Amino acid sequence: MELCTFLTLDSYLKDPLTHEFMRKALLMSSLVAAVCGFLSSYLTLKGWALMGDAVSHSVMPGVVVAYALGLPFSLGAFIFGVGSVALIGFIKQKSRVKEDTVIGLVFTGFFALGIVLVSKIKSNIDLHSILFGSPLGISLSDVKQTIFICLLVVILLSIFRKDLMLYCFDPRHAKTVGINVFFLHYLLLTCLSLAAVVGLQSVGIILVVAMLITPGATAYLLTDKFDNMTLISVLSAIISSLIGIYVSFWFDLETGGSIVLAQTFIFLFAFLFAPRYGIFKLKKLFAGYK
Amino acid sequence: METINYQNFRIEAENICVDYNGKVALYDANLRLKPGQICGLVGMNGAGKTTFFNALTGFVNISKGKIRINGESVRSAQKDQTIAYVPQNEGIDSQFPISVWDVVMMGRYGSMNIFRCPRESDVQAVKDAIERVDLTDHLSTPIGNLSGGQRKRTFLARAIAQRASILLLDEPFSGVDIRTEKLISELFIQFKNEGKTILLSTHDMIHVREFCDLVLLINKTVVAYGETSEVFTPENITTTFGGISPDFLFGPES
Repeated sequence: MELCTFLTLDSYLKDPLTHEFMRKALLMSSLVAAVCGFLSSYLTLKGWALMGDAVSHSVMPGVVVAYALGLPFSLGAFIFGVGSVALIGFIKQKSRVKEDTVIGLVFTGFFALGIVLVSKIKSNIDLHSILFGSPLGISLSDVKQTIFICLLVVILLSIFRKDLMLYCFDPRHAKTVGINVFFLHYLLLTCLSLAAVVGLQSVGIILVVAMLITPGATAYLLTDKFDNMTLISVLSAIISSLIGIYVSFWFDLETGGSIVLAQTFIFLFAFLFAPRYGIFKLKKLFAGYK
Repeated sequence: METINYQNFRIEAENICVDYNGKVALYDANLRLKPGQICGLVGMNGAGKTTFFNALTGFVNISKGKIRINGESVRSAQKDQTIAYVPQNEGIDSQFPISVWDVVMMGRYGSMNIFRCPRESDVQAVKDAIERVDLTDHLSTPIGNLSGGQRKRTFLARAIAQRASILLLDEPFSGVDIRTEKLISELFIQFKNEGKTILLSTHDMIHVREFCDLVLLINKTVVAYGETSEVFTPENITTTFGGISPDFLFGPES
């Protein structure tokens, strides 16, 4: 009986792997999740959740135009991602409108432009896959591009790991000791745009911000050390994307939504049971039994 | 060890102006400080104290005037690790997942290689600095678990580890315990003897009289500047605080 259950479970895990698209989806989504998870620690500590949302929505017209012109979609997305931030900064400086309002109106404007362009430009762009992601239908050229972008972001973040931490923590000190804060600001923005581009293949434009903030928020509840936070963030992101893809395969659910839901559940678990910062503070509970 | 020429100016700010998108935060401000001098920066909230600090560290650009640090530009002062900034406790995210050791090590970043790998000398500098502020028992404590005074000492240790010759301290005495206050005042005397120059902002008039050789009273511009005994008069303080008498601010005895 036990052996039987084990065999069923085993086949549940192994069956999906017999399909090539599933192997590809699991690998690519884990890679993308790891990169977004890495970046996520910085974004949550810097307080850039709304910025992440803005950039990820703003890449939409860039993706559409790049597809229409036959350029790499990452290029278009990158230009519009950074462009949206520049525009937000410009409007904020030149008007009396508050920052969060400016962010909201700029990114929805870009997003709307993207939707209008999709309906007008004749192409084989699948609006649904841009909006909600299509990790199962990822093409070979997309795979190459995704791997390249992921490696680039990981290398950049690894080199400037400590500087970015300092920039998030105390930019004034960074400036005072001669560290180029302007460069770090745009480096983080660049990584954010690039991560949004690869993330949207997994979970789509609408949900990609979850990939960029939820793992970091989960890790923040579980540790007081920056390096551990990055590690936990990456691991929880990878685990969520594996769970999400499997669950969507077993129950025939939307894949992107499943991945993000898995992340949300892991966050809720940390929120409730994190040893020090959870609602039920497991550490104290255990201490009570001793 | 560098030899200190006590006649040269550490800080020279001439007629500096700072504005944020057309709003003037500071204008025609002057300041000259020599090695070993401690100067108090006194003014209301919004009088431009933080802006003054930001101009000296290069965190904001001045729109007019000239700043010389050890006779050189602010840019080269940054490269040379000349200035250390000790923030207000409110100015930092105390929930950031970082330990005392990590914060103090940040004082060494400017002189490390691009990957910020600590050398043996950096480790030693951090150890010594932490010892001087009496936090050796808290090396790996997250800053979120420290008291206000301990956190202040952590940032002082960062400035010590940086080996800066100029220290800018934003409200060093606010929200600290008696022990920290005593330790800070002892450090001030040591810094003075080492020839460091200190500029500190404070709300507490007693601290100005106790520690500061010089005082700079500001309200968007310099109201008065000079030896504390000469300049720190009730009339000047009243002008600085927009006509409110010092009796009202600090009680009749001051």
